[in-house]
Amino acid sequence: MATLAPSNLDLFTAEAAPGERRIDLHVPAIHCAGCIRKVEGAVRSLPGITKARVNFTTRRLTAEWADGSLDPGAILAAVEAAGFEARPFAPADVAAQGSDPASRRLIKAMAVAGFAAMNIMLLSVSVWSGADGATRDLFHLISAAIALPTIAYSGMPFFSSAWGALRQGRTNMDVPISIGLVLATALSLYETFTRGHEAWFDAAVMLLFFLLLGRVADSLMRDRARAGVAALLKQSAPGALVRAPSGDTEWRPIESVAPGMTVLVAAGERVPVDGLVLEGGSAIDRSLVTGESLPEAVGPGGQLLAGTLNLDGPLAMKATAVGEASFLAQVVRLMEDAEQGRARYTRIADRAARLYAPVVHLAALFTAIGWLIAGAGLYQALVTAIAVLIITCPCALGLAVPAVQVRAASVLMKRGLLVKDGSALERLAECDTLIFDKTGTLTLGRPTPVGVLPLSDADLALAAGLAAKSRHPLSRALLAAARAQGITPTPLAEVTEHPGLGLEAQVNGERLRLGRPDWAGADAADTHLLALAFRKGGQPAVLIPFEDPLRPDAAAAIARLKRDGFEIRILSGDREAPVRHAAQALGIAHWDAGLAPADKLAAIEALKAEGHKVLVVGDGLNDAPMLAGGHASIAPSSASDAGQTAADMLFLNDSLMAVPQAVETARRADSHVRQNFVMAIGYNILAVPIAMAGFATPLIAAVAMSLSSLIVVGNALRLKAPK
Amino acid sequence: MTTIGFLLPIALLLGLGGLAAFLWTMRSGQYDDLDGAAQRILTDEEDGPES
Repeated sequence: MATLAPSNLDLFTAEAAPGERRIDLHVPAIHCAGCIRKVEGAVRSLPGITKARVNFTTRRLTAEWADGSLDPGAILAAVEAAGFEARPFAPADVAAQGSDPASRRLIKAMAVAGFAAMNIMLLSVSVWSGADGATRDLFHLISAAIALPTIAYSGMPFFSSAWGALRQGRTNMDVPISIGLVLATALSLYETFTRGHEAWFDAAVMLLFFLLLGRVADSLMRDRARAGVAALLKQSAPGALVRAPSGDTEWRPIESVAPGMTVLVAAGERVPVDGLVLEGGSAIDRSLVTGESLPEAVGPGGQLLAGTLNLDGPLAMKATAVGEASFLAQVVRLMEDAEQGRARYTRIADRAARLYAPVVHLAALFTAIGWLIAGAGLYQALVTAIAVLIITCPCALGLAVPAVQVRAASVLMKRGLLVKDGSALERLAECDTLIFDKTGTLTLGRPTPVGVLPLSDADLALAAGLAAKSRHPLSRALLAAARAQGITPTPLAEVTEHPGLGLEAQVNGERLRLGRPDWAGADAADTHLLALAFRKGGQPAVLIPFEDPLRPDAAAAIARLKRDGFEIRILSGDREAPVRHAAQALGIAHWDAGLAPADKLAAIEALKAEGHKVLVVGDGLNDAPMLAGGHASIAPSSASDAGQTAADMLFLNDSLMAVPQAVETARRADSHVRQNFVMAIGYNILAVPIAMAGFATPLIAAVAMSLSSLIVVGNALRLKAPK
Repeated sequence: MTTIGFLLPIALLLGLGGLAAFLWTMRSGQYDDLDGAAQRILTDEEDGPES
C-alpha cells in the first residue's frame, strides 16, 4: 500500500550497528537474477547506503545506511522506481525470524553428533573386526574422549526437555531417550576403564545423530512456515494521521492516539482505531472485521471499527476507544481464552512415550532380576539390562512422527498450503465437524463483476483506463476483469479522481465518468452500493453490478468434504439473505447468520461439549476466536492478521480445494505415523528378546538402529501430494 | 602399529576441520539464501558474499 506517510517508515527501521540503521523490505515480485541486480543496483546507487542485499529465498531486501544520511522512504521509492512493489517488515517480525536460534542450535548439535558418530564408528569397526588388547583399550579411550563432550553438547536439547517434563511429573519421548543415553555412556565408561570388551559409545552417539536429524527437519519446517506467514501479514499501519485543533496534521504511533483525538482516514486506507465519523461521507467495507459482505454507507455520527476499509471518500473521525477498550482488543481477549484448550492437546509421540517408557524400563528391570535369579553376577545382570535399554532406545520412534509430518508439510506446500506446525496435522486428522465462515472464506471476499461486462470492447478499454488510475477495490476489480477478457486499458493522460464519487477524464472532447451510479448519472433506483456506472459523453450511463462470488471449486470442495465424512455448518457474521443464498448454492443444511465473535465461539464450545472435534475455516477478525477455539483451523491467505495468527494452516490459492486436500493429507499422514509406530514396535519385539538373552553387541545395536531408521524414513517418503 | 600413531590424529584433525568449516559456513549465513546463490552465478559482475 503506497499510502505511507514518509516519517511512518522510521517505525520499521532498526539499529544494525552503532551509527547504522537497517530496514527489511518484502519485495514479492523478485523472480530472477536480473531482478536481484536491478533491485540491489537501484538501492546501492543511493548515497549513504552501506549494504543492500536481496535474499531470493524469502524475497526480502535488507538495506543498511549510515544513520541520518538517508530517509528510508528513498529506499522504498528507489525499489518502486525500479519497477518492484515493496513493503516494510515490522522490526518485531524481523527480530522474530532473522536467525532462529532454536534451529541453529539444533543444526550445530546435529553437525557435532554427525562428526562424532563417523569418527567413533571408524574406531568401532576396527574393534569389531578384531582389534584387541592395548589397541582396543586405546580405541575405547579415544572414543570416550570424542563421545563425552558430544553427548554433553548435542544431548542438551533432549536432557533439558526430559528434565522439564519430569519436573512437572509428566513423561515424554525425551525421558527414555535421556535415560538410555546416560546409562549407555556410563556403562561404556566403566567398560573402558576396566578394560572391558564392549563399549557402546558408537550406539549412543549414532542415536543422538538420528534423533537430531528428526528434530532439525521438524524445526526447519516450522521456520519455513513462519517465514511464509510473516511475508503474508499485511502491513497494518501501526499509526494514525492525527489532526490537532490548530489544523496541523501529525503521524502518531497507535499507542499515543488517545480517545477524543481527531484522526484522518484517506480513501483506500484501513481505519486505525474505533471511533465516530466527524466529517465526510463514505462507504465502509467491514467484511474482514465482521463478515458483513455489503459495504455500509456512513456519514457524520456513523460508527467505525478499527481494521475496516474506507472505500470512497476521506473521513475525519473522533477516536472513541483505543487499546484495551477497542473491538480488536476484545477479540484478542476472546482468542486468548479460546487458545488455552488447544494447549492441553498431547502430541501423538508423547502419548506413545507414556506407554512406551514404562514398558521398556520394566523390561530392563525384569532382565536384571532374571539374570540375577539365573545365577549371573551383578555386573553381567546390569550390563544385559542396560543393553536392553540401548537396543530399545526409540531411534525409529523418534523419527516416526517428524519424518512423516515434514514430508506432509512439504507436499502440502507444493499445493499452496502452509502448515504452521506438526501438531496441527495430528489435530486436523481427528476432526469430524467442519465450520465455515462465509465472507472471505466460502466467498472470495473481493468484489467481481456479475456476469458479462455490459460494455463494448472500446468502451471497456476506456473504462479500464480510468479504473487503472484508482486504488478503489471496485476499480481494481473492473480492471482485472477487463484484462481477463484480453482488453488493454486505453492510456489516459489527465484523469481526476473525485473522492467518494469517482473518476473523470476528457477524451476526444467527450467527458468520461466512472464511479458512483448516481454521480455518473445512472438511474437512481438502481443505486446499489456494490456497483459502478460508466458514462461516455452524452450517452446513457451503464451500470456495472458487482458481487462477492463463491470461491472457484467451492461446490466441488464441499462435496468432497462430505464424502470424507464431515458434518458441515456455516457460522457467519453476515446478514441472513446472503448466507442462505451461499448455503443453498453449496448444499449446506446447517447455517447461522448475524453472529458476533462471542456467539461463534459459543457455538464451537457447544459442539465440543457434544464430543465433536471441530475444524474451523475462517478469515475475518471476527473469526479469530473461533479459529483459536477449534480443534484445528485453516485460513485463506487473504485473512485478517488476527485470523492468520490464530489459524494452524493457511492456503495461498483461491481454490477452496485446499481444505479437502489438507484434511486428506493429514489423515494419510496419520496412518503413515501409525504404520511407523507398528514397524518400530515390531523392531523392538525382535530386538528385545535378543538383548534380554544377552546376545546384543554394539555391532548388532548399530545395524538394527540404522536399519529401523531407514525403514521409517522410507515409509514417510511414500506420502504423495494430494490431488 | 606405529602408523596408527599418526594416522589417527590425522583422521581426527581432518574430521574436525570439516566440522569447523561447516560451523563457519553456517555462521556466515551461507545457507540463508540457497536459491539466491543459484541465481547469482548468472550475473557477470563481481558479487562478494557481503558487499
